[in-house]
Amino acid sequence: MTDKYWKKDSRLWPLLTIAGFLAALICSFVIPAAQEKVYQTPYRIVLVILTVVFFSRYVFGFFNEKLRTRVNHQAQLYLAVSMLILLWDLLTTKTNTLLLPFFPGPAQILQVMAEDYKTLVISTFYSMRLLVIGFTLGTVIGLTSGVLMGWFRQWSYWLFPAFKILGVIPATAWIPIAMICFPSSFMAEIFLIILSVWFPVAYMTSSGIANTPKSYFEAARTLGGGQLFLIFKVAIPAAMPSVFTGIYTATGISFATLVVSEMIGAKAGLGWYINWAKGWSNYAKVYASIIIMAVVFSMVMAVIFAIRDRVLTWQKGLLQ
Amino acid sequence: MTDNIILKSESETNVKSGEVRVENVSRTYIDAHGSSVEALRDVSVTIQPGELVSLIGPSGCGKTTLMRLIAGLDLPQEGSLYLDGEEIRTTNFERGFVFQQSNLFPWETVYNNIAAGLKARKVYKQKKHEIAEYITLTGLEGFEKSYPHQISGGMAQRASLARALINDPKVLLLDEPLGALDAFTRMDLQDKILELWAHRKTTMILVTHDVDEAVYLSDRIIIMTPRPGKIESIINVNLPRPRVRTDPEFLALRTDILERLHLVSSRKDPEFFI
Repeated sequence: MTDKYWKKDSRLWPLLTIAGFLAALICSFVIPAAQEKVYQTPYRIVLVILTVVFFSRYVFGFFNEKLRTRVNHQAQLYLAVSMLILLWDLLTTKTNTLLLPFFPGPAQILQVMAEDYKTLVISTFYSMRLLVIGFTLGTVIGLTSGVLMGWFRQWSYWLFPAFKILGVIPATAWIPIAMICFPSSFMAEIFLIILSVWFPVAYMTSSGIANTPKSYFEAARTLGGGQLFLIFKVAIPAAMPSVFTGIYTATGISFATLVVSEMIGAKAGLGWYINWAKGWSNYAKVYASIIIMAVVFSMVMAVIFAIRDRVLTWQKGLLQ
Repeated sequence: MTDNIILKSESETNVKSGEVRVENVSRTYIDAHGSSVEALRDVSVTIQPGELVSLIGPSGCGKTTLMRLIAGLDLPQEGSLYLDGEEIRTTNFERGFVFQQSNLFPWETVYNNIAAGLKARKVYKQKKHEIAEYITLTGLEGFEKSYPHQISGGMAQRASLARALINDPKVLLLDEPLGALDAFTRMDLQDKILELWAHRKTTMILVTHDVDEAVYLSDRIIIMTPRPGKIESIINVNLPRPRVRTDPEFLALRTDILERLHLVSSRKDPEFFI
């Protein structure tokens, strides 16, 4: 694995990728459906879009070497994806082999997404609002308490034991209590997400500060820096790599907390949607919600990584 | 531009002093194995304003301890230290420090590292125009936006010098600042230090392992001995500057110091002829 790219000079694989999606599309039209009620148009539109996207990437690749390298690199992977979709469609909509209602086909999932898009959009909005507010507050509180514990002995003395005990309890364990302590389920959920984010962020912040080489503080002191300078210009920047490890951990935990608390206590959100669809045995909707989560949570991760890369530019080339 | 600050600093230094007085200072540490180490015992010395003094001696002779005490990073158990008659109790920008490892903040660019001293003293807004001058003075033009790990060791030490000097300290403490550099970079930076010192007349105290460096730079050389750390002798270097390393007088003085440090055998000393 010396080269970063896989098969970057390939001529055949990108063409096969296009052919793969085209094959799935043709399959959808040519083979008659065994499951009668499935409305296949949304699925076909998605396949057309995918075919066009991969075709135009291939064409533009001729004029742009960077794009071509990437297209070729990903060609085999996307070919496999197209084949999986084709196989999935065959096993469900076309032959009715997989057990319904638990394993619907791609066409059926896209059908419910198209039919129920309003509820899904609102649910996504609700979940994202919860996540953004809870995550931001949790990070701020975690950072603050982490700095206090990492810097001041008194804070560490009083806060750390409580922190050690409370921190290991999964936030979701507090759901029943949170639901009665807060006036609305919205606030209860915010509280739970804050709780789940707070522990890893605070812990990694305080240990990041504790592990900062003394020499940086000494340098700052000989430059005339006071306590505030030492905290804000030395301790916090030095702890940032560690803080982001905490934030990264917190992201995964907060997703879990969000979905579980929505499933149990809420009246909106993607977690609630899954639970509600399950009640009606509409598993296509369950999968629809899961797919949206995959997309939306990946976007959240991407934003967090982008922020991390910006804050930690100074580390570029320092590691490795 | 360079000339401007040099002139300004010279006029300022007439009022400024920078006399360091160390009086009967002792400092004992507990080391990692739990035994106590007498880093300094009853050390007294006075360093004149504007003087360039070297501290030299084997490891463990208390050179760095003495520097840390002057900086205020550490306190003595007995005795006191004074800067211009005022007792040293804590750190202050008036006593600048350049560390052996450049110790620049890795998360700040070269520019922001040099600016750090101004920010620490909360005079950044008034004095930020000086940063560019110090970058020129230390030859770091074009590297303002680089991060410390992207520049060479020599450049990092120059940035470190600029960071300490921008605070216009009365005393500059240099703790083996050139120890980790290669011979060429080291000689180049020795001249840079001399140039900065000659123009600014800041008191400078330099810790070094390199006898050649001590003779080349200093007005006086303080030789220290370990266990317990004490001043063995103080040597005046009366050679005119610029000094020539191959000059017989230079070499004689160098040999004298090496002998005092027992690093070369003295011909007068029969003990070494077996």
